[in-house]
Amino acid sequence: MITFEYARASDVPEALRLVAGDRAKFIAGGTNLVDLMKVDVERPTKLVDITRLPLSGVDRLQGGGVLVGALVRNSDLANHPLVQERYPVLASAIMAGASGQLRNMASTGGNVLQRTRCPYFYDTATPCNKRVPGTGCSAIDGFNRNNGILGTSASCIATHPSDMCVALAMLGAIVHVSSLSGDRQIPMADFHRLPGDTPNRDTNLESGEIITAVELPAVGYAANYTYLKIRDRMSYAFALVSVAAGLIVEGGVIKDARLALGGVAHKPWRNPAAEVALRGQPANTATFSGAADLLLRDAKGYGHNTFKIDLARRCISRALTQAARGTPQSQSNKKIL
Amino acid sequence: MSDKPGEQSYQSIAHTTRRELAGAFVAAPMAMTLQISLASAQSTPAAAPSLPSPVGVTINGRLYALSLDPRTTLIDLLRERLDLTGTKKGCDQGQCGACTVLMNGRRVNSCLVLAVMCEGAQITTIEGLGKGAQLHPLQQAFIDRDAFQCGYCTPGQICSAAGMISEGRARTADEIREAMSGNICRCGAYPNIVAAIQDVMGQS
Ligand SMILES: Cc1cc2nc3c(=O)[nH]c(=O)nc-3n(C[C@H](O)[C@H](O)[C@H](O)COP(=O)(O)OP(=O)(O)OC[C@H]3O[C@@H](n4cnc5c(N)ncnc54)[C@H](O)[C@@H]3O)c2cc1C
Ligand code: SF4
Ligand code: FES
Ligand code: FES
Repeated sequence: MITFEYARASDVPEALRLVAGDRAKFIAGGTNLVDLMKVDVERPTKLVDITRLPLSGVDRLQGGGVLVGALVRNSDLANHPLVQERYPVLASAIMAGASGQLRNMASTGGNVLQRTRCPYFYDTATPCNKRVPGTGCSAIDGFNRNNGILGTSASCIATHPSDMCVALAMLGAIVHVSSLSGDRQIPMADFHRLPGDTPNRDTNLESGEIITAVELPAVGYAANYTYLKIRDRMSYAFALVSVAAGLIVEGGVIKDARLALGGVAHKPWRNPAAEVALRGQPANTATFSGAADLLLRDAKGYGHNTFKIDLARRCISRALTQAARGTPQSQSNKKIL
Repeated sequence: MSDKPGEQSYQSIAHTTRRELAGAFVAAPMAMTLQISLASAQSTPAAAPSLPSPVGVTINGRLYALSLDPRTTLIDLLRERLDLTGTKKGCDQGQCGACTVLMNGRRVNSCLVLAVMCEGAQITTIEGLGKGAQLHPLQQAFIDRDAFQCGYCTPGQICSAAGMISEGRARTADEIREAMSGNICRCGAYPNIVAAIQDVMGQS
């Protein structure tokens, strides 16, 4: 870890003033940043501690939505009565990620901004375009079991590792951002980027901007939803593939559908065409596998991770079945029904 | 090694950085030198030495006024500065749970907490869990149930279980196993760990 200056902010304007400058970073839970600083992947020269900012509320909005402060801890968000009742898919996705200790530390904003778990990104002895632009991608011809199958590029095939963000993408959440020049709102679908030829940029957040909150829209798909996460061990591991699904079903017919995938792309993956194709169809296996085929039409494997295409297809069908039946995946009893 | 274009220039960057890092290497506390010797591939120069930051933190009921290099993690403060070696370091990456302590009553991984961020916090480690010579019920239950072999993960398991019980959500054995999955036991004492926790939950 390189040396750095430490500063504590007490409100958003102070945090924004303190972070001005190229190599300053905010720190919230620290569970991703401290880890990456220890291995010299992140090298900030100044840390601005934002844990004392008044951004820990979970508040109802006029119009039916809910505003989640950027500093709400993952465990508090998953256990919040409003979230459990109205957005159980979000609670379930959060509980599927990390561990009890980590969720107690991790913040909403930090979770959205966590960086990839591509092993080469962590290993400063290997080339990686995301870590050092222009050095090459070690994963494309290397060990790529955890890497992406959708929206990849010749520069980078990394995935975004968050579970929470998959549910946020499915729900159509909106990220609230502030900077010294004003506030803006970024829909979740536009927040994370595809790697293209600038994989060093994970998101469209500009330097000097802070996430203040994440807004959950009014519709939570609380009756018919699931978060299905498949990983190499039953708990405390990142997703190989995960699916957040939400349906509105009337008389066996799908009125509305939402679907987002984790573990497969540089961002939580949504394809509106697949959701449109589900509408008006009977809620049955044929419909669900049709949606899966559409979602995975352009999927591309890189060797170690090619199995993910088939895995994702089955996960999508299974998740839609669970959602339609109203039997969401349990995150403690691991049987997949 | 790979023969990708760019590999050559990449390596020369790594070399420069290794030399530039020498200053930081010397200034680093013992526990961190290993991390820093992994030469970084970034071409940015090392920063000036950190200014020590003042921190007031209560650990096991005792208030400490400290001046710390901001790079110091909570586990290194506990073990290297305060001789509270009950808390164990397994992975130093949040992956094993051996370093679990309670921060303001909530279980956290002390290897990922910067000590400077603990200003005003109440920390409880395995040393502070019991009352004086009297063991905490979880400590006693781990002994009664033989819930360890080498014992290295045990302080973290017990602090984590204490945090989990006060969260009050896990009830069934499945739920306990899931809620305790952030604590790895290389000796595989899991069945007895779950039994010990169930004993204590049954009592309370
Ligand atoms: C062993 C391990 C296992 C894990 N497993 C999972 C898993 O299975 N699923 C999963 O989803 N996650 C998992 N995680 C990741 C974990 O969820 C993230 O590390 C955590 O959510 C990050 O939040 P934080 O508050 O600690 O972020 P920090 O580490 O504090 O910050 C992360 C980044 O966000 C920036 N930042 C933080 N807050 C703001 C803000 N408000 N505005 C602007 N910038 C900000 C920081 O500058 C930094 O760049 C795991 C982590 C570990 C260590
Ligand atoms: S996939 Fe992306 S993060 Fe992984 S080595 Fe390639 S460039 Fe780096
Ligand atoms: S030492 Fe902290 S989690 Fe392993
Ligand atoms: S008792 Fe040896 S690691 Fe758990």
